[in-house]
Amino acid sequence: MAMRLEVPPEAATTEPAKRTDKPKNKPGSWKLAIKRDWRLYTLVLLPLAYFAVFRYLPMAGNVIAFRQFQPGGSIFGEKWVGLKYVTLFINDSSFWQAFQNTIVLGVLTLLFCFPMPIIFALMLNELRSQKFKKFVQTVAYLPHFMSVVIIAGMILQNFSMTGTVNQIANTVFGSTVNFTQDAAWFRPMYISSEVWQTMGWGAILYLAALTRVDESLYEAARIDGANRWQQTWHVTLPAIRPTIITLLILNIGTFMAVGFEKILLIYNPLNYETSDVISTYLYRVGLESSNFSYAAAIGMFESVIGLTLILSANALSKRLAGTSLW
Amino acid sequence: MVKGTTMKETGVLVKDMKVSNAMRVFRGVNLVFLLVVVFLTLYPFLNIIAQSFSSEGFINAGQVNLFPKGFNTETYRLILADSSFWRNYGNTVLYTVVATAISMVLTTSFAYAIAKKDLKGRSVFIGIAVFTMFFNGGLIPNYVLITSLGMRDTLWAVVLPNAISVFNLLIMKSFFENMPRELEEAAAIDGLTQYGVLFKVVLPLSKAIVATMVLFYAVANWNSWFQAFLYLDNPDLFPVTIYLRNMIAGVTTAGSAGGTAENVGQIAANIQSVTIVLTVIPILCVYPFVQKYFFSGVMLGSVKE
Repeated sequence: MAMRLEVPPEAATTEPAKRTDKPKNKPGSWKLAIKRDWRLYTLVLLPLAYFAVFRYLPMAGNVIAFRQFQPGGSIFGEKWVGLKYVTLFINDSSFWQAFQNTIVLGVLTLLFCFPMPIIFALMLNELRSQKFKKFVQTVAYLPHFMSVVIIAGMILQNFSMTGTVNQIANTVFGSTVNFTQDAAWFRPMYISSEVWQTMGWGAILYLAALTRVDESLYEAARIDGANRWQQTWHVTLPAIRPTIITLLILNIGTFMAVGFEKILLIYNPLNYETSDVISTYLYRVGLESSNFSYAAAIGMFESVIGLTLILSANALSKRLAGTSLW
Repeated sequence: MVKGTTMKETGVLVKDMKVSNAMRVFRGVNLVFLLVVVFLTLYPFLNIIAQSFSSEGFINAGQVNLFPKGFNTETYRLILADSSFWRNYGNTVLYTVVATAISMVLTTSFAYAIAKKDLKGRSVFIGIAVFTMFFNGGLIPNYVLITSLGMRDTLWAVVLPNAISVFNLLIMKSFFENMPRELEEAAAIDGLTQYGVLFKVVLPLSKAIVATMVLFYAVANWNSWFQAFLYLDNPDLFPVTIYLRNMIAGVTTAGSAGGTAENVGQIAANIQSVTIVLTVIPILCVYPFVQKYFFSGVMLGSVKE
C-alpha cells in the first residue's frame, strides 16, 4: 500500500538534478522540449517568478546577517561586518533563554501533540456508528479552521482571572491563579491549547490511512485467535506506521518554529522567562527595536537548525524504519 | 465502510463471554471519552457566545460559563454600529477574494505543468518548490524585501507573499498525475493545444479538486492576520483579524497594569467575545457544508494507488 503524503518521493529526490540536468543531456534537446512544450513552459513562468521573488530572494537576503544593514538601503546590506552579529547573539543571555524555551516547548509539543491524533484516530476507528463518527470528526476539526487571533482570544479569556479554568480552580482548590501572567503556567496553557487545536485535524491523515487497511488482514488475525487489542497492535498500527513516521519527520522539521504567531499573541513581558521563543525574540529584536542584521543572524541560525533537524530525522528514519520523505 | 459490519459480526462470533464483556466496557469507555472530546472542543466556543451576551458584572464575578448571565445585546449594537469594524470586515472579504484568485491561477498552472512526467526540467521545477517547504528566508529578510518593494500599506503585501502553498501545489499535482492520460492524448489528437487540453478537458474534470483548493486558500486568507499586522499601518486597510487582535492586545495591557485596570479588561472581555462571534459566524455557517471537501482534499493528496 503506497502512501504518499505531503512530499511525493520523487519530488525531493530530484533535488540534486538542479546541477546535473543541463550538461547531462544532448545539446539541442532543450530546444526540442521548448518547441514541443512551450505552452507548458509559459504556465510555469509566473509561479517561478513568484518563487524567485518571494521565496529565494529572502533566502539570499539572509546575507544581511553578515553585513551592515541600513533601513531604506539595499536589501543585501551596505558593507561586510563578518561574524559581528553572530558573536553578538552567542553572547546574548536573552537569546539563550529563548533558545531553551524553544527546545522545551518543542519537546513538549512533540510529546503531547504528536501522539494525541493517533490515539484519537484509533478510538474513532473503533466506533461502530458511522453517524456518530462523522459527528465527532466534524466537531473535532473545527478548531483547525479558526484564525489564530480567535484562538488566542479564547485562550486569554478561558485562562483569565475570571475565566472557566479559574472558576474550576476556585471551586476545587478555593484559590485562583493568574495563568496568563504567571511564567510558571505558560507552558501548560500553551500545550493544552495546542492539543485542543491540533488533535482533531491531526487525526485526518491517520483516518485516511486506516480506511485503506486491508479487511482480510483482520479476518486472518481473527482466525489466528487475535483479540481486538492484538488486532490493533499487529494489524492496525503497522498499517499506519508509514503515516506516523512521515508525520513525525515533518513535526521534527517544524520543531524550531513552535507556534510563533500564537505565542506572539498570548505572551507578555511578565512570562517571557518561559514564553519567549527564538522566533518571538528575533521579532522583537528585529522589528520592534530595528536591529535587522542582528535579528537576521538569529533567524538564519534558526532556519539552519530546522533544516538540519529535518534532514537528520529523514536520514535516521530511512535507516531505522525504511520509510522516509525522500 | 465495511468495518462496522465486520466488527458487529465479531461480537457474535466470539464465544468467550469474558472477551465480549471486556469489549463492551471498552466501547463504553471509548464512547464516553469521545463525548468528552466533543464537549471540550465545543466548550470555548459556547463560552465565548455566552460571554458575548452577558453583562460585565457577571463576567467580572467569574460566573459566566455555558449560558449568558445578565442578558445583554448592547455590545452587539455597539460593535455593529462601528464603521471601522465594517470597513475592516469588507477588507477581509476583498483580501480573501483577490488572494484566493491569485493563488489559484499560480497553483493550478504550475501544478498542471509539473504533473507532466515527460516535461523537460520538471524535476528542477518541483525541487525549486519543495525546497521552500524546508528552508525559508525568515522573517527579517522577508520584511526587508516587502518594504523595499514599496508594498507597505498596499493590498499586495497581504495577498502576494504567501500566494503559493507548496502543500496545496503538491495535492493538485498528484491529482493531475492520476488523471487518465488517454483523455488528454485523445484531446491532443483532436487538435487541441496544451492550453486547450487544460481549459476544455482537464479543468472541467477537476471541479472537485479546484473547489477544495479554493476552500483551502480562502479559509487561510480569511484567517490570516500576520502579513497585515506587519505591513499595514493605515487602520482603514486592516482586515477584521487585526481589529480583533488590537482589541485582545488592549486587554493584555489593561490586565498587566493590574489592580483597577482589571475592570477595564473585563469590560473588554465582553466586547472581545462579541467581535470573536461576529468574525467566526461566516466560517461556522459554511463549515458544515464544506468540511467534507477538506477531508477529500487531504485524501486526494495522500492517496496514491
